[in-house]
Amino acid sequence: MPPLEIILPALVNGVLTGGVYALIALGLTLIYGVLHIVNFAHGSLLMLAMYGAWLLVAHFGIDPYLAVPILAAVMFVLGWGLYAGVIGRISRGEDRAILLATLGIAIVLDNLALVIFTGDTRNIETDYSFAMIEMGPLLISVPRVISFGVALACAALLWAFMTRTDTGRAIRAVARERDGARLVGIRPERIFALAYGIGVACLGVSACLLLPTFYVSPQVGNVFVLVSFTIVVLGGMGSFPGAVLGGLIIGVTESLGGLFLGESLGPIGISLVFIAVLLLRPTGLFGAAR
Amino acid sequence: MTDTRANPPRFSLTRRRALSAGVAGGIATLALPGILRAQPAPVKLGLIHPVTGALAFSGSQCRKGGQTAIDDINAAGGIKSMGGAKIEPIYGDAQGRAEIASGLVDQMAEAGVSGFTGCFSSTLGLAATQTAAKYNLPFSIDSGITDSLTTRGLKNVFRMFPNASSATNDGLATLEAINKAAGSPAKTVIIVHEDSDFGTGAAKLLNAKLPGIGLTVLSTIPHATPTRDFTNIALRIKAEKPDIVMMSNYQNEYVLLARTLVQQRVDLVAMYSLLGGGFNLKFAKEAPTVAEGMMDFNQWYNPRNPAALAYRKRMEDSGATFTWELLLGYFAVKFLADGWERAGSTDKDKTIAALAASTYSDHFMPYGPTKMVDGQNINAHCVALQMLGGDMKVIWPEQFADAKPVYPRPKA
Repeated sequence: MPPLEIILPALVNGVLTGGVYALIALGLTLIYGVLHIVNFAHGSLLMLAMYGAWLLVAHFGIDPYLAVPILAAVMFVLGWGLYAGVIGRISRGEDRAILLATLGIAIVLDNLALVIFTGDTRNIETDYSFAMIEMGPLLISVPRVISFGVALACAALLWAFMTRTDTGRAIRAVARERDGARLVGIRPERIFALAYGIGVACLGVSACLLLPTFYVSPQVGNVFVLVSFTIVVLGGMGSFPGAVLGGLIIGVTESLGGLFLGESLGPIGISLVFIAVLLLRPTGLFGAAR
Repeated sequence: MTDTRANPPRFSLTRRRALSAGVAGGIATLALPGILRAQPAPVKLGLIHPVTGALAFSGSQCRKGGQTAIDDINAAGGIKSMGGAKIEPIYGDAQGRAEIASGLVDQMAEAGVSGFTGCFSSTLGLAATQTAAKYNLPFSIDSGITDSLTTRGLKNVFRMFPNASSATNDGLATLEAINKAAGSPAKTVIIVHEDSDFGTGAAKLLNAKLPGIGLTVLSTIPHATPTRDFTNIALRIKAEKPDIVMMSNYQNEYVLLARTLVQQRVDLVAMYSLLGGGFNLKFAKEAPTVAEGMMDFNQWYNPRNPAALAYRKRMEDSGATFTWELLLGYFAVKFLADGWERAGSTDKDKTIAALAASTYSDHFMPYGPTKMVDGQNINAHCVALQMLGGDMKVIWPEQFADAKPVYPRPKA
């Protein structure tokens, strides 16, 4: 049994990490909720966003946190463009084709990154990279606290957008009943592109939040994408509160699992929680039965 | 007089020109078979590395090193004992999967390769060399480090570079020497390793040998590849208060662990790695706070050899990040080509015999001519390196050193 002086920081660290996981999963769950497909390009788009954030730091000296609005906007436009120009055209409304289109985009992006950036790992060091908040025996990383705060703020903003604005209601309407939405004048194709754009914009924000404490490489998306899929299913596919809570649960489970079972065996903890939740609630924590 | 036609003829046929052309053509036709005979068939060389997937960077570096060696050999006239035969590379992407590496060997053998280099990782190398043995094709290992690559009785497998035992023994003897020279400030160690063949094997060896140099192992912590967060491990290390953290892992995790240790203000006498995956010049440039003072026992060039410095400059001028993988990829090809040179042919048995008896010395690694025992160059040695002032310096052994060790590490 590890001492309390390790368990407490591990718990805090798990919560903080879970916040960023939640934001990555939010984009994925939004895309699933509206388009009813799993976005296989999610990891690759995250990787692309991280390279974008890295380029802004390395070549233009723009701090990753200041780059949040820039990258969110760029990724939104990219996501919109990808849906309107590629996914929507290829799929012609067929879910299977959307799935394959996103898989194709992932393969193209991964290999483009390899060609352009090589397989090399990139890092950045900022003035606050090693800044810590001291609370007794607790040393909490400032970049992680910032990431957690921004991730939760983004989740709240997104929730407000979805529940309080006409566009948000339109997105929810398309997610719930596509034909009905069309009948009241909503154009589902535009909503699909919008939802995909917002989902990808979440990755732009996540990339900026991850960069000060993580590395970038062409494979970095794979490091996060599986855990995001797990969070989405755990929280209930298409559920916002589910993604946030799921992110936090997975963050804490991963951290404590590593501590109690060892870092090699630790990831089993995530699978155990995942299986247990699905056994008890097959639709996920906040998922509605269809 | 000027030609006023819109499209004047560029060439007009006269009787003299027709005769000249006929004679010249005849000579050329007669000479052609001779010219063809003078061009020996190229020697096909299979280069198998993971250039996509988690090991892509290191695999690509090995491949790039191999490419430059082939360019150099061909530019210098090819394999001279074979009439200047050029080396023709065939590249394979093992994607980090052993079964793909093995399949590539089969495909390349079908394509008529005369030998192989590869495969960056030991796991890939074990599979690929085993398959190459089926065809009795010579295999020059680049950066696979595990001993078993050359201890399975495969006559076709050769490694010009140190193996894990030699790197561990030398690395520990060096650590002992550096520690003693500083008044033995370090007494305890925690080992952090990735949990595949490479890291687990290294950790096992370290556990067996560290007590022999007066260092007590407090804990051995394995981790998966990839690992997203090292905070827990850093916290454990901080609680156990070791003097040295020894890490044995691949690039991404190496960097992440080092960064987390600095972030969590873990005070150490040294961060010392054996064959540290992320210990490279780019790391020093991009994360100077983390990298400064870190030590690694690894493959490197002899900094006192001007040819080594020229090679580094050439690679850096080409835009490449200079890493040890480039060196190993480069000399794995050069060593194999030297075998063909000595054998005077690509005959498998002759090449293998030539490699086994090789005394290849035209290199700038920190050791002399090769001496193969069961496929392993027993003269090969790593050196101790330290990040100092944003550059990688050789700090041990003294005969190759270009800086003195900073030990203990300045407090966090």
